[in-house]
Amino acid sequence: MKQTAFNAIHRALGAKMVEFGGFEMPVQYRGIMEEHAAVRTGVGVFDVSHMGEFEVRGPGALSYLQRVTVNDVSKLSDGKVQYSAMPNDRGGIVDDLLVYHCGDRYMLVVNAANIAKDFAWLKSQLPADAELRDISDSLSLLAVQGPKSRETLQTLTDVPLTDIPYYHFRRGTIAGHEAVISRTGYTGELGFELYIDSSEHTGKEVWDAVFAAGAKHGIRPVGLGARDTLRLEMGFMLYGNDIDDTTTTLQAGLGWITKPAKGDFIAKAVVEREKANGVPRRLVGLTLPEKNIARHGYPIVEGDKEVGVVTSGTFSPTLQRSVAMGYVPPAMSPVGSVVSVLIRGKAVPATVAALPFVKGTATQ
Amino acid sequence: MQFPDNLKYTKDHEWVKIDGATGTIGITEYAQGELGDVVFVELPKPGTVVGQGKTFGTIEAVKAVSDLYAPLSGEVIEVNPALAANPETVNKDPYGAGWMVKVRMTQASEAGALLDSAAYRALIGK
Repeated sequence: MKQTAFNAIHRALGAKMVEFGGFEMPVQYRGIMEEHAAVRTGVGVFDVSHMGEFEVRGPGALSYLQRVTVNDVSKLSDGKVQYSAMPNDRGGIVDDLLVYHCGDRYMLVVNAANIAKDFAWLKSQLPADAELRDISDSLSLLAVQGPKSRETLQTLTDVPLTDIPYYHFRRGTIAGHEAVISRTGYTGELGFELYIDSSEHTGKEVWDAVFAAGAKHGIRPVGLGARDTLRLEMGFMLYGNDIDDTTTTLQAGLGWITKPAKGDFIAKAVVEREKANGVPRRLVGLTLPEKNIARHGYPIVEGDKEVGVVTSGTFSPTLQRSVAMGYVPPAMSPVGSVVSVLIRGKAVPATVAALPFVKGTATQ
Repeated sequence: MQFPDNLKYTKDHEWVKIDGATGTIGITEYAQGELGDVVFVELPKPGTVVGQGKTFGTIEAVKAVSDLYAPLSGEVIEVNPALAANPETVNKDPYGAGWMVKVRMTQASEAGALLDSAAYRALIGK
């Protein structure tokens, strides 16, 4: 199991550690509810150094990325970030990712569990005029998220953080260490992700400085448990749960990042076919009247027949109710439709709800 | 972590406090810690008959759901009314305000099959 540069810090804080994507990561420090609330109302810090980073360079970099991702990379300019997905040759999703335009090169940020798979896939598609490098081991990544994140970080950098719009980044220093300061996150709140060098020394100095700066806002370390409740309230995808090698971007409701007008890309024909003929299933948000949680893999049924499946579910700390996402037939996908989820043998009604479940401060 | 000596324990991490013919049942501090934030406790209605080692309810935490197993056979005579609105009480006070049900025991001899504090500690390695 791999460890991040913050492993000793997590242990000293008494975090409960689990395996995730091949890394030993904190799932919670003091409790999911408290950590969730810190991010929604104040500021929280996540070690997300397990995420993978690849660098793409060369004259063919743009046309290569246009072919291997579904979004239109030509819309990016230096300092911009784009959410995208890599399709496989059947239109399924190899991974969802962020694409950073860094002037003379691109950086791709991928899911930890998929680093090896993504790299092998990207390598197999690589043209002679582009280079691909896995730089994951050279970077640590801290996500500082919450309505008080900007105030907290502004005391540690000369970069005017109000000048960084959502899905943009700047290079600068944080607490004296070089950083890519990215206005991105997985929580729906105002927040930044800090890419710094992966030494334990840098990690500790940045961590300590961020926590000292955030003390007056009640800053908290936040584990993967609250990361999941926060992202699910926003309807954000978790690879391996909501999307995978068999789901297409249109089925997952990711039509907004799927841009066939940009030109050719892998499995574009599948996108065009689903646009023309409709999708066989659609990912929807679900709210449940009871407090039972509809968990990943629970069937969605119509009478005795299984018609869909829950992909993610949790108890929403903000709404104080059970929420989920899952695939249903298109006829059941309009908001307000009522479906049945089989929770441990008991059919429980669930109502299709608009996503996100909760409105955050991300774009403020 | 506390495992009071006046309670008996199961290998499934429930505790029971025996007062005459009444057994008060909850889950251990270790169990609540492993589950994490409890969001819902589904309990039987008073009058329900439960059997030793059989499920009598479920407990939903954010990360996991778990069955609850009755330490003793008997009839449910009281259900903790506070847990419906405040399930997190199970995390905060597992041996006190976080109790779940009271059972009128029907098989006094069953208590012999339960673990004492030391045996339970040994089981979980604490």
